[in-house]
Amino acid sequence: MAREQQIKLTVNGRSYEKTVPARLSLADFLRDHLHLTGTHLGCEHGVCGACTISMNGRSARSCLALAVQADGAEIVTIEGLRAEDGTRHPMQQLFLENFALQCGYCTPGFLITAIELLRDNPKPTEHEVREAISGNLCRCSGYQAIVDAILAASRLELA
Amino acid sequence: MKPAWFDYYAPHALDEALHLLGDAGHDGRVLAGGQSLMPMLNLRILSPAVIVDINRIEALNRLHAGADGLTVGALVRHADLLRSPDVREGWPLLWEATTQVAHMAIRNRGTVCGSVSHNDPSAEHPSVLVTMGGTVIVAGTAGHRELPAEAFFTGALSNALEPGEMVVELRYPRQPTGTGTAFVEFARRLGDFAIAGAAAMLTIRDGICERARLTVVGMGDGPLRLRAVEEMLTAHALGQKEAQDAFAEAAAMVVAAVDPTDDVHASAAYRRHLAGVMAAQALETALARAGGS
Ligand SMILES: Cc1cc2nc3c(=O)[nH]c(=O)nc-3n(C[C@H](O)[C@H](O)[C@H](O)COP(=O)(O)OP(=O)(O)OC[C@H]3O[C@@H](n4cnc5c(N)ncnc54)[C@H](O)[C@@H]3O)c2cc1C
Ligand code: FES
Ligand code: FES
Repeated sequence: MAREQQIKLTVNGRSYEKTVPARLSLADFLRDHLHLTGTHLGCEHGVCGACTISMNGRSARSCLALAVQADGAEIVTIEGLRAEDGTRHPMQQLFLENFALQCGYCTPGFLITAIELLRDNPKPTEHEVREAISGNLCRCSGYQAIVDAILAASRLELA
Repeated sequence: MKPAWFDYYAPHALDEALHLLGDAGHDGRVLAGGQSLMPMLNLRILSPAVIVDINRIEALNRLHAGADGLTVGALVRHADLLRSPDVREGWPLLWEATTQVAHMAIRNRGTVCGSVSHNDPSAEHPSVLVTMGGTVIVAGTAGHRELPAEAFFTGALSNALEPGEMVVELRYPRQPTGTGTAFVEFARRLGDFAIAGAAAMLTIRDGICERARLTVVGMGDGPLRLRAVEEMLTAHALGQKEAQDAFAEAAAMVVAAVDPTDDVHASAAYRRHLAGVMAAQALETALARAGGS
């Protein structure tokens, strides 16, 4: 069936097998089919970054991928950042300590983006941090606190 | 904000993809990185009946730097170019332009061939391909054909593909020795589409400009090559004083040649002014990198 397809994928370490419509976005799949509502949708056309998840180890907009394209993929969402015992990811902790969120709508996308940045470039300059988060919009924080949190994480040797 | 229904295929072989596209004709669309197509589907600007997802065709994931040039297959992502030391060293114009394409998450998915096919008037890749004199390799059920970059771009968001055809590869020649290049652009925020930008490539021998290429973007029509400026600069001495005068003249020629329109991002007058500034900056930087003044 070209309009529906069965997919098998791993999300936050758990395997799923589901039949989905081909036109379903990965974001809607995560939210509506797997009930992982931590992935937020702001614009649904790639501009705001709220829906950013990690797909096969690289950040991606879940509003710009189809669920069927994730067949065989490994996905990590905000729900997958916490340790099994519930401890926050160090980046989450530093966002908290630096007041890098207010309403929290943009935060899942920022966290995924920030963690990828430090994996690829463990000691970024402030400009590199600003470049890396340029595709994520935050309407509350004014960004400075987010930059502070990511720079604080870079001093921690997260990797 | 949801796409209309479509039939979805994700073939593993190029032949299969070409047959699907051939059968679909006008109703078919290639899905590569999805970073331009998915927004258009979500907003229902487009609602194709058939989507052919090429992401599972491993043969298209080919990035190869050889003696005769660089080959960029249809699944090579912007981020793949940025991670390639060969590209950074041998095709610095392409590398520098790619650093200015969108944001990390978009660069992880979006493809170079997709950018070229989409031909957004502010996009970097079409102008780089034109400036470098690259070639587009097109495939359809009837076979392959090769198009010089300039013949491929046919106006904003348009290209020379026939229904059922797709781009399988781009080729970028090696640049001659003594060449300097630069890609500069101005955008309100890092990673945004440029309001104006310019790509320059200068080959200098003994202080004389042997070959010049200049293209501007953001003027409404896809990459615009400034042949008159290139001719003016060719055989020109480009010492410090001469270069200053020549590039000021080049900027004035660019301002006179472009014909942008007003939009929400910038007025036509501002865009036109910026095109001249970007052109002069690109030429100055290219000259310095070529080892000139
Ligand atoms: C927030 C945001 C910011 C962006 N900023 C920039 C920017 O600054 N500069 C820039 O250049 N781009 C920018 N882009 C667009 C991005 O670069 C896209 O990656 C690119 O334009 C299209 O590549 P794609 O692989 O994603 O193509 P897709 O979205 O998959 O396809 C785009 C179009 O090209 C066609 N197509 C794709 N591949 C082929 C092929 N091989 N043969 C024939 N047709 C094909 C598709 O059918 C479709 O019509 C931005 C996008 C977003 C969402
Ligand atoms: S919802 Fe995906 S980028 Fe805004
Ligand atoms: S914390 Fe509210 S949008 Fe960023």
